[in-house]
Amino acid sequence: MTSDAALLRIEGVTKAYPGVVANSDVSFTIHEGEVHALLGENGAGKSTLVKMIYGLVKPDQGRMVWRGAPYAPAKPSAARASGVAMVFQHFSLFEALSVAENVALGMETPPPMRELAARIRAVSEEYGLPLDPSRMVGDLSAGERQRVEIIRCLLQSPKLLIMDEPTSVLTPQEVEILFKTLRQLKAEGTSILYISHKLEEIRALCDEATILRRGKVVATCTPREKTAREMAEMMVGATLTPPERRAGTRGEVALGVSDLSVPSPIPFGTSLKSVSFTVARGEVLGIAGVAGNGQDELLLALSGELRSDADRVRIHGRPVGDLGPEARRRAGLVAAPEERLGHAAAPNMSLTENALLTGATRQGLTRRGFIDWRKTEAFAAAVIRDFDVRTPGTHVAARALSGGNLQKFVVGRELSQSPEVIVINQPTWGVDAAAAAAIRQAILDRAAQGAAVVVISQDLDELLEIADSFAALNEGRLSKPRPVAGLTVDEIGLMMGGAHGMEVAHHGA
Amino acid sequence: MFGGIDPALLIASLMVASVPILLAAVGELVVEKAGVLNLGVEGMMIMGAICGFITAVETGSPTLGFLGGAAGGAALSLLFAALTQVMQANQVASGLALTLFGLGLSSLLGQNYVGIKPPHTGAVPFGPLADIPFLGRVVFGHDPFVYLSIIAVAAVWAFLKFSRGGLILRAVGESHDAAHALGYKVVRIRMLAIMFGGAMAGLGGAYLSLVRVPQWVDGITAGAGWIALAIVVFASWKPWRALLGAWLFGGITVLQLNLQAAQVGIPVEYLSMSPYLITILVLVLMSSGRGKAALNAPACLGQNFHAAR
Repeated sequence: MTSDAALLRIEGVTKAYPGVVANSDVSFTIHEGEVHALLGENGAGKSTLVKMIYGLVKPDQGRMVWRGAPYAPAKPSAARASGVAMVFQHFSLFEALSVAENVALGMETPPPMRELAARIRAVSEEYGLPLDPSRMVGDLSAGERQRVEIIRCLLQSPKLLIMDEPTSVLTPQEVEILFKTLRQLKAEGTSILYISHKLEEIRALCDEATILRRGKVVATCTPREKTAREMAEMMVGATLTPPERRAGTRGEVALGVSDLSVPSPIPFGTSLKSVSFTVARGEVLGIAGVAGNGQDELLLALSGELRSDADRVRIHGRPVGDLGPEARRRAGLVAAPEERLGHAAAPNMSLTENALLTGATRQGLTRRGFIDWRKTEAFAAAVIRDFDVRTPGTHVAARALSGGNLQKFVVGRELSQSPEVIVINQPTWGVDAAAAAAIRQAILDRAAQGAAVVVISQDLDELLEIADSFAALNEGRLSKPRPVAGLTVDEIGLMMGGAHGMEVAHHGA
Repeated sequence: MFGGIDPALLIASLMVASVPILLAAVGELVVEKAGVLNLGVEGMMIMGAICGFITAVETGSPTLGFLGGAAGGAALSLLFAALTQVMQANQVASGLALTLFGLGLSSLLGQNYVGIKPPHTGAVPFGPLADIPFLGRVVFGHDPFVYLSIIAVAAVWAFLKFSRGGLILRAVGESHDAAHALGYKVVRIRMLAIMFGGAMAGLGGAYLSLVRVPQWVDGITAGAGWIALAIVVFASWKPWRALLGAWLFGGITVLQLNLQAAQVGIPVEYLSMSPYLITILVLVLMSSGRGKAALNAPACLGQNFHAAR
């Protein structure tokens, strides 16, 4: 029931930050009752644009028109008063507060807590998103957390609902439930601005799409009439080549984990519960799962930051469970955690120093306790060259690199140490498509050279592309690994824990 | 009695002894709930002590003296707020500097006030209630600030638990990024919280110099600010537990004085270091396990907020 009346018109909006133009002369229109997709890679300017609509950022030039009247919200509460609501990708829930308190914080004049709890129950039933208002958000699954955000928005009966990458944390089943809710909202006349880079989802859900590249509108299209590949190429502005897979020979088991149970050191974290798997030389094991189901803990337990009984983790049959990261590196295992700044790299240290931090042992960068700076710098320079890290030089602080470039450096640093076992969490998180393809190719190349690889990722497409076998983490338990060939999306969804007990909407279906 | 210690007197005096650390602890609790770690409590307390003392002596009014103390503490805390919230300085270093600066400045300001007696702060006239045996002495024989400090605990508890302002304050301390994304003014809220903490610490300091001692001596707070900081952790950021903690620490302080007076065969030095030893012990115990105490800490405690684009 898309009508022709324009709800929000963006006209020639420009926003520049020192050194970068985030949006340049952006114009598009969202109609009443329309699901409008905003497409683009990381850094294309999507976030800045929606922050302007939500009143968090003011445009330098251009204007916005809301139902025929000029629209320039000075702050989020003004945007909410006009009827704009936003579901954030992250950063908007308070873990130590209850569901009802979280909802109250997003409202202008919340009713008393008891009444608010009743309204939360009512709305959540109506849209098939059951929620207990008194629960602590820190104890909820990712899908349930998102419901808190959605219900917070729905309680204000918005005209325009902005959703910033809502499905990146959901299982396929949870995505289905979300889409039912969104279609129900659309049927009720609410417009939705849907930001994502998952193209199949956009084809399934959206009426119109605006594609941004480097802050400019490069195309508009009707997603149903385009293939995902065509849209991807509009986004990237280049032809994409999928990574090439060389059939390597499967060797003997290089990494064995049996019955590994460790408590989580992270507040609100998930403990690992008797995780078992083996990875052979030349094999890539993909581990999927919704964020917060034990991925971080698994990486810590494999890298050696979290120790267990000696024979729970074995490298080439040798028990290493009680050894720390240095000793495991010596045994041939390298690891790249998800958090780039502060975990994988020390923000204020130079790239050379960061290269030393994990490369010292395997690359022989120290001699009798003294650092061989020349060799270290050569190693850092090699990583920068081989992985196309865009930086003025090896002396630059890690903090100064963009997220994608630092990711290339961190992954490259580990892959360049001729490893025998590789563990990577979210290898291409926040990296643009071309660089992601290069990282995936490098991982496949190492596997072809005989390394055993464990890739933990929330990007299912990525795992299906590079993994030989597939397993999923759900509440700290790992499903039995299965060969990727022949797996269906439904089966994967069930391995990831299905809909986490979520009910499908009864209405509007 | 117990080795010459009168329990009624002991309880009554521990209530009095706990007032300064309780006031400072409740103020710091609010500051930490907003996600700011201000280690300058000791400095703010002693500034409150000297500012309150000077005001009271010059005006002859204890009430104005206490207001002056609160103002002195708040003024010093404003320096901390400007450093950490506006200039993004490290909170731990700024807090330590604040303590050292406050100790020095108070000593300078107090040079001409050593040996003077401040105007007397009277007890609340409860009339016949004060004559009830035991209870009269324990409950109804105090100056207004003993009651005020308990009211402050109740008020802070109710504010944090039931009011919208309290919810926003806790939200800012839990995740400043999320609070900012929802449109709350993180820096402004934290500045106000820091000033409240400074005023409460100043009030506690003024109580020391005007009632508890009562006169001005250099370094009059003698580590009370550090004990207040320990109490906040000991209380796992809960106001009523802060009251319990303050009475416990106040009790130890009073008890060691009483034990000294009762000529117990322990060297005086051990007794007078006992409150600080127990403070260290409590801090170690609370921060060692990854138990509930650690989880209850505001998630953004001690982290500076800078609005990203």
